[in-house]
Amino acid sequence: MLNSSLLQLGAALRSKEISSVELTQLYLHRITALNSKLNAYITVNEEMSLAQARAADVQLAQSKTHALTGIPVAQKDIFCAMGWRTTCGSKMLSDFIAPYDAHVIEQFNRVGAVNLGKTNMDEFAMGSSNETSHFGNVKNPWNNNAVPGGSSGGSAAAVSAHLCAAATGTDTGGSIRQPAALCGISGLKPTYGVVSRYGMIAFASSLDQAGPMARSAEDLALLLNVMAGFDERDSTSLQRETEDYTRDLNKPLNGLRIGLPKEFFAAGLSADVAQAIEASIAEYKKLGATVIDISLPNSRLSIPVYYVLAPAEASSNLSRYDGVRYGYRTPEYTNLADMYEKSRAQGFGEEVKRRIMIGTYVLSHGYYDAYYLQAQKIRRLIAQDFVEAFKQCDVIMGPTTPTTAFNLAEKNDDPVQMYLSDIYTIAVNLAGLPGMSIPAGFSGNGLPVGLQIIGNYFDEARMLNVAHQYQQVTDWHTRTPQHIEV
Amino acid sequence: MQWEIVIGLEVHTQLSTSSKIFSGASTAFGAEPNTQACAVDLALPGVLPVLNRGAVERAIKFGLAVGAHIAPRSVFSRKNYFYPDLPKGYQISQFDLPIVGQGSLTIQVPTTTAGQTYKKMVRLTRAHLEEDAGKSLHEDFHGMTGIDLNRAGTPLLEIVSEPDMRSAAEAVAYAKMLHTLVRWIGICDGNMQEGSFRCDANVSVRRPGAELGTRREIKNLNSFRFLQQAIEYEAQWQIDTLENGGTIQQATVLFNADIGETRAMRSKEDAHDYRYFPDPDLLPLAIDHEWIEQIRGTLPELPLSKQTRYVADLGLSVYDADTLTSSREMADFFEAALNEVPKEAKLCANWLMGDVSASLNREDRDITQCPISPAQLGGMLKRIADGTISNAAAKEVFKILWNEGGTPDTIIETKGLKQMSDVGAMEAMVDEIIAANPMQVAEYRSGKEKVFGFFVGLAMKASKGKANPAQMNEILKRKLAG
Repeated sequence: MLNSSLLQLGAALRSKEISSVELTQLYLHRITALNSKLNAYITVNEEMSLAQARAADVQLAQSKTHALTGIPVAQKDIFCAMGWRTTCGSKMLSDFIAPYDAHVIEQFNRVGAVNLGKTNMDEFAMGSSNETSHFGNVKNPWNNNAVPGGSSGGSAAAVSAHLCAAATGTDTGGSIRQPAALCGISGLKPTYGVVSRYGMIAFASSLDQAGPMARSAEDLALLLNVMAGFDERDSTSLQRETEDYTRDLNKPLNGLRIGLPKEFFAAGLSADVAQAIEASIAEYKKLGATVIDISLPNSRLSIPVYYVLAPAEASSNLSRYDGVRYGYRTPEYTNLADMYEKSRAQGFGEEVKRRIMIGTYVLSHGYYDAYYLQAQKIRRLIAQDFVEAFKQCDVIMGPTTPTTAFNLAEKNDDPVQMYLSDIYTIAVNLAGLPGMSIPAGFSGNGLPVGLQIIGNYFDEARMLNVAHQYQQVTDWHTRTPQHIEV
Repeated sequence: MQWEIVIGLEVHTQLSTSSKIFSGASTAFGAEPNTQACAVDLALPGVLPVLNRGAVERAIKFGLAVGAHIAPRSVFSRKNYFYPDLPKGYQISQFDLPIVGQGSLTIQVPTTTAGQTYKKMVRLTRAHLEEDAGKSLHEDFHGMTGIDLNRAGTPLLEIVSEPDMRSAAEAVAYAKMLHTLVRWIGICDGNMQEGSFRCDANVSVRRPGAELGTRREIKNLNSFRFLQQAIEYEAQWQIDTLENGGTIQQATVLFNADIGETRAMRSKEDAHDYRYFPDPDLLPLAIDHEWIEQIRGTLPELPLSKQTRYVADLGLSVYDADTLTSSREMADFFEAALNEVPKEAKLCANWLMGDVSASLNREDRDITQCPISPAQLGGMLKRIADGTISNAAAKEVFKILWNEGGTPDTIIETKGLKQMSDVGAMEAMVDEIIAANPMQVAEYRSGKEKVFGFFVGLAMKASKGKANPAQMNEILKRKLAG
C-alpha cells in the first residue's frame, strides 16, 4: 500500500479494499513511530484528519468522488488551514490557529482529500536545509546526518519516508525542487500565477509559488489538477482554461529537443551529480530526444539578484508580525517601540532577521536605485535568456542542485555557501517559469540526485510528460530509504 | 516690506464605495470597533489585496472633472512604516506612477467687499489612490491604546495641488471648490466631521518674486474654519520668525483648534524612510481608452460650466451663479424650478437664495430636505411673474406650501390671494379715498409727495392687499394729480 501510486490508492479506496480512515490511520501510525526521528511534521491532529477521512468514506460510499478523495496529503505549514495551528516554521506564529483556509487547502478539501498534518519548513520559507525552523531541523530519510533541503524539507522527507501519500510545498528560489532532489522525490513548481497564493504565508510575493511534491510525475499531475486554477482573491492568479495535467503523460518523446545550459554544468557541480545527470540525458536520447547546447548568460547573476529582491519583498511582507494583533508578543516591554523591537527580535530567527535587514537596506533611500531597481533590470535579462533558449528547445535540463544532500550544520556558518545550493533553481523563479525535479540516480555515498526540468510558461503538461516517460524506463523514483519500516 | 504667503494643499477624500479598496469589508461609518475589519484588513498571515473597481472609477471620474490626464498604467506601491493602526506595517498607496496626472480647478475667491469675488485657476499636481489606516483610540483605555481597524482599508483619493494659493482665503476657496466638486460628481460624501474630507496645508512665506521659502505642513485640518485659522496663524508665525532673524525648518505641524496655534510634531530629521517599492501583490493598474470614455459619459455638467452658463445665458450675477452651484442638489433644484418659469431666472434665484435658503437654515435642513418641491416653487413663481399674485401674497403662499403643502394655484384660489386687476373697481376705491381725505389730497397737491405713501396704504387696505401694486400706483398718481 505504501508504495502505491495515487491512482492505485484511489482505486483501492473506491473498491473498498481500504477505507480512508484506515489509510489515514496507517500514515498517522507511521508518523507516530518515525516523526520523533525525522521531525518532518510540526503539527499532527489525528482528530481533525480522521474527521476528514470519515467524511471522505461517506463520499466514497456514495460514489461522489474525485481522484484524490480520501487520500492523506501532508500540507506544508505555510498554508493557512482553518482550525489548524499554522506556524510557518516560526516562533512568531507558534500559537497561531488559522481562522481561514488557503486556496490550496480549500481545493484539497473540495475534492475530499485528507489533511494529514502540517509539515516542517525553514522559518518563513527562508532556508535551504530546513535548519532555520523554530521547530528543529528535519533529517534526510536517506541519511539522518544529512539535511533534507529546504524550505519544503518536511514535505520532502515525509514523502520520501512514506509518512504521507503526497505533499504540498512552496518554491521561492528552489524550495520545492531542491528538497525534492535531496530526498529523492518528484516536485513541481508551476508557472508563477498558476496556483493561487491566497492563504499561503508570503515570503517574496513576486517569486512564491505553491506546487506538489510526490513520488512520481503522474502523482504530481493529479495533485496539480487540484491545486491549479484561477482565484480572484489573488491578483496575480492567472485566468486560464482549466487543464488536465495528466493529458500528455503518455505521449512519446520522439523529437523532443532538450536544451542543456552550459552554465549548469560548469565549475561547482560535483562529479557524482554530473555523472547521474549525464546518464539521465543519455536515457532521454534513447527515448528519442535530441540534445542542444544552450546558454543562459545572465543566470550567473541569479543569486545576487535574488538576494536583493526576495529580502526586499520579505522585509515588507514580514512587517505585519509586530505583536499587535496576533502572533508572538514579548512578555515585558516599556513602550510601543520597545514592544515592537523585542517581539520581533525574540519572535524571528537569525536567518529571517538577516533577510529583513538586507531587504530594509536595499529599499532604503539612496540605495533603492543601486540595488532594487538594478536587480529588477537584471531579472528581466535573466527572463529574456530563457525566452531566447526556448526558441531552440522544448525543455531545459540540468542538475537541480550542485551536490547531493550536505550534512546538518555543515553550512550554518556561511550563509553564502548555503545560498549557493540554490544556484540552478533560482533563475526559474526570477523568470516565473515552471520547473521540476525528479530522481535521477544516486551518488557514491547513496544520496539521491535530482534532475531539473525547466519548461516554457504554462508547459507543465509537457514537463510532466517528459518526466513520466523517464519514470517508465527508470526506477529511481521507486527507491525508498532504509530504516523507514515500522 | 511685504511678505507673500504660498500655500499648497493635499486633500484626502474618502471615496464613496460600499466596500474597502482592497477587501470586501464594509466602509460604513460608526460601527462597533473592529466589526468591519475582515482577514485582509487585519493583515492575517497569507491574505492578499484585490483592487476595488469602484474606487478606480471614482478616481478616473475625478481626473476627468479636473481635466487631468488619466494614466493608462499606474502602480501601487508600499509605504513601509510601523504603527499599531497600520496592520500590514505598510500602506498601499501610489508613489511615482499615480492614476491621475496634472489638472486644474478654477475657484472664485471672495474679497473683503461683500458679494465681490475674483477668479483664479489652481493647478493640481496629481491625485492618487491609497488605503486609509485604522484609528488609535487613546481615551478610555487606562493608559493603553485601543485600536479600531474599521477604517483600515477605506479607499482614499489624495489630491495634491501646486503651491498656487497666496492667502488663507484662496486656500479655503480651493478646498471648498474641491469639496463641492467631489460631492458633485458623487465620489465622496464630503462629511468632514466623519473625516471623509481632510486637508493638509503646506505653508511657506517669501518676499514677492523670491524663491519659495521653506514649508511646514499642517496636518489633518477637518473644517474650513480650522484651515483658515491654521494657515493664518502659521503664516504669521513664519513671518514673525523670519523678521526676528530666525529661520524656518521643514517640519510637520499640528493645529490645536482650542488655542488656535500650530505646533511642530516632527522635523525633517526624524522623517521616516518609507522604503517605497511596487507592491508585488498587485498588478500595475491598466486603464484603457474605452473605460475612460465610458466614465466620461456618466459625468454630470460640472459647476464651472453651470456658473458660466448661468451668467452668460440667464443673466445672473457671478455671485448668484456661484451660490446656486454650491452643490449639485442646489443647482438641480434651481434648474427644475426654472423649468416652470424659464424667463424668470433672477426671480427664481432670488427666492432660492432668499426665502428658501432662510427657511432651510432656520430648520437646519439642506436643499434635499426642502419640503417644497421645485415644481411647487416654480408654480408659485409663475403666478408672481404673470401678475396673478403680489410678492406679499407670494410670501403667504410660500408659508402654506412650506407648512402644509398643496399646489400654488389651489392655495391662491382657496385663500383668495389673487391680485385685483379690475381697473374700474380700483378706480372706484381710489375715488372714495380721495373724497374721504380732502386734507391729505390738498397737502399732496401742494407738493408734499410723501403723503403718497399714506394713499397707497389706504388703497391696499381697501383692496385687502389684493390690488396689483403697480396698477394701483398708476391710478392713484393719475387721480391725485386731479
